[in-house]
Amino acid sequence: MSRRPSLGLTLGAAISAVFVLAALGSLLWTPYRVDALDIAQRLRPPSWSHPFGTDHFGRDGLSMILVGARNALAVSLVAVGLGMAVGVPLGLLAAARRGLADELVMRANDVIFAFPALILAILITAVLGPGAINAVIAIGVFNIPVFARLTRGSALSLWTRDYVLAARAAGKGPARISLEHILPGLVSALIVQATLQFSLGIIAEAGLSYVGLGTQPPNPSWGRMLNDAQVLIGTAPLQAVFPGLAIVITVLGLNLLGDGLRDRLDPRLRGGR
Amino acid sequence: MALLEIDDLKLTIDGIPILKGLSLRLDAGQVLGVVGESGSGKSMTALAVIGLTPDEAKVEGAIRFDGQEQLGLAEADRQRLRGRAIGMVFQEPMTALNPVMTIGDQVAETARLAGVGRAEARRLARRALDRVGLPAEVAPPGRYPHELSGGQRQRVAIALAVVLSPRLIIADEPTTALDVTTQAQILALLKQLTAEDGAGLILVSHDLAVVAQMADHVAILKDGAIVEQGETAALFANLTQPYSRTLLADAARVPIRHRQPDLAAAPALEAIGVTRAYPGPRRWLRAGAPVEAVSAVSLAIRPGEIVGLVGESGSGKSTLLRTLLALEAPQAGEVRLGGEAFTGARAQRRRIQVVFQDPHGSFNPRWTVERLVAEPLHLLDAPPTAAERRRKVEAALDQVGLLAEAADRYPHQFSGGQRQRIAIARALIVEPSVIALDEAVSALDVTVRAGVLDLLAQLSDRLGLAYLFVSHDMGVVRGLTDQVLVMKAGVIVEQGPTAAVFAKPRHPYTAQLIAATPDLDRALAARAGRLSGGPAPSR
Repeated sequence: MSRRPSLGLTLGAAISAVFVLAALGSLLWTPYRVDALDIAQRLRPPSWSHPFGTDHFGRDGLSMILVGARNALAVSLVAVGLGMAVGVPLGLLAAARRGLADELVMRANDVIFAFPALILAILITAVLGPGAINAVIAIGVFNIPVFARLTRGSALSLWTRDYVLAARAAGKGPARISLEHILPGLVSALIVQATLQFSLGIIAEAGLSYVGLGTQPPNPSWGRMLNDAQVLIGTAPLQAVFPGLAIVITVLGLNLLGDGLRDRLDPRLRGGR
Repeated sequence: MALLEIDDLKLTIDGIPILKGLSLRLDAGQVLGVVGESGSGKSMTALAVIGLTPDEAKVEGAIRFDGQEQLGLAEADRQRLRGRAIGMVFQEPMTALNPVMTIGDQVAETARLAGVGRAEARRLARRALDRVGLPAEVAPPGRYPHELSGGQRQRVAIALAVVLSPRLIIADEPTTALDVTTQAQILALLKQLTAEDGAGLILVSHDLAVVAQMADHVAILKDGAIVEQGETAALFANLTQPYSRTLLADAARVPIRHRQPDLAAAPALEAIGVTRAYPGPRRWLRAGAPVEAVSAVSLAIRPGEIVGLVGESGSGKSTLLRTLLALEAPQAGEVRLGGEAFTGARAQRRRIQVVFQDPHGSFNPRWTVERLVAEPLHLLDAPPTAAERRRKVEAALDQVGLLAEAADRYPHQFSGGQRQRIAIARALIVEPSVIALDEAVSALDVTVRAGVLDLLAQLSDRLGLAYLFVSHDMGVVRGLTDQVLVMKAGVIVEQGPTAAVFAKPRHPYTAQLIAATPDLDRALAARAGRLSGGPAPSR
């Protein structure tokens, strides 16, 4: 059954690995300090000393991108974690209990789904106040129904399996069956969804930071860098290129990884053995 | 000239031989039965004839249809023969039909693909549906497959095959997914259609009795080769190969039991007027009228007794079983286990265990056999230590004839019959007094089934186990059980000692079920009677 991973999966995994390494690496070392302003060196084009150039405060572009990766990673990781931590148990509960519990969970999901995600995230951060933590909450809330729905749907089909019936005949209760038989069967679907939600989280974080509601200065963020660059588009057009590329490539890589994992892990898409 | 001649057909997939040089022959107006167990290559033979083998398959030898060699033909030429000259009926009518296309359009499409005009195609489709017993009053051509019953769907699938009156029809297990009474109708229909058109029929089946009843010639396949073949009556009268003899013996195997159940003993499991209803189709904001899947069913199973529960799909067997297992609560009546009301409490569940039909689906594929078999140990008051657990698992595996090493492997590493033994071991581990077997041998091949039935009989003898044996297979029920219950539309219509019920059914439905069940001896006797007055068989 061991097949060669597809090109998309390999590429996606490689890009995602670079992204995570860059984010973690920035904790230990960056070429320059991102809080060190050097007005004399402002708005420099890419050079050997500053591969990605410098911004309007003379901060090093590469260092900003690396630290921005760390912020993007942290925000979307926690947001996906929040979505899974709340959504998966809710989905398991809905599938195990059916009836009223199911209706309540799913209708609450429908309500959240009814709002455009980014608009409501803006509303949440506007109410709670701008900042990375509030951005995490705003993005995480929208991950809850995604995971609850996925979990419930897959769990419902697992509940009809004979081995679940056998476990019930063996006297196991719904909670124990959910943990022992249902959840392990969902892991691959959840991993795939988490990867895709992760890339959506990065876009959402960039979006919120772009409008000034996410990561706050002086902490660098890809969205914020794009916003800064917008003003200077006439004088220093290259300013927008690197954060833009960072977002596009990272999201592309995560999506490739998610799709590749889905093809590999989802038995329904597996053509024969 | 023969309609179809297959000469030394060899088929390999990725270098693995699937068919190892088989030769068959079929004359127009004749029925060729191809029997074998799963993996014997019988379906692949059928696919090779119509040219639908998998892309990676390499086919050698000769397949002459109407004198024309098929194997060298271009795909376009073979495609032209399909539908027009060769029709095919598949096993599973639900998946063989397009769910989003009306049945009239589907049948007409076959004709359209052969270049027939639109109006003419519609006329042909109407005629084909009439011929298979689906006149417009019964099933208007605007119906979709899901609006039909299983038997009606299979009739549509047959209409697809016969719409252009092909000279050869290939039916691959056409009745395996159907109930016995429906099976009898479909078989009769196939026979009638081929007789009317003077077409040849290749009937692929795992069921010796079906083949003996239908076919003029029979070929017995094993591992991609023909074990023996010949004219049906002569072949069965004089089987020379040990494999085909075993097959014949196993098909009619009656497990030997040494212990008689004590009829005076108090019932181990008892149902008193059990009714289980489901809410009917929901109306706008109102619950629908309840539909009773099981109504007022009473039964009693004594220690050591094997009670059969027979009935067709939809008769409420499975619902009754779940209610007896306290997996569903009855709306009325009571289930009593060992003399006390069975509520599903843990201490009670130890006394009743269950084995399901599907040896693939009844195990969590991620668990080792040890963990699977040990699952019911959870019902013990004190969970056993790891060593004790292992010992119990090994003892249970030993009882079902498996080695202790099996405990460390995963279910997919076992064959269907072995998996069913593992399922029985899982049921045995808490030493229950009753085991409910839901179609437990239905998915198994004849010889494997015989082994599992023997095992069940032995275990009942040795441990005094009582079984509730739910099955649609009248033959198996007749061989194994002491008492039999016949269920129809949620009601037990007849019950009594198995021998008496089979010898003298009182309810017409029971009689109908017994008559519809293919029976090898009866089929051969009928054939002998028919042939003694008729012309000598060709070939």
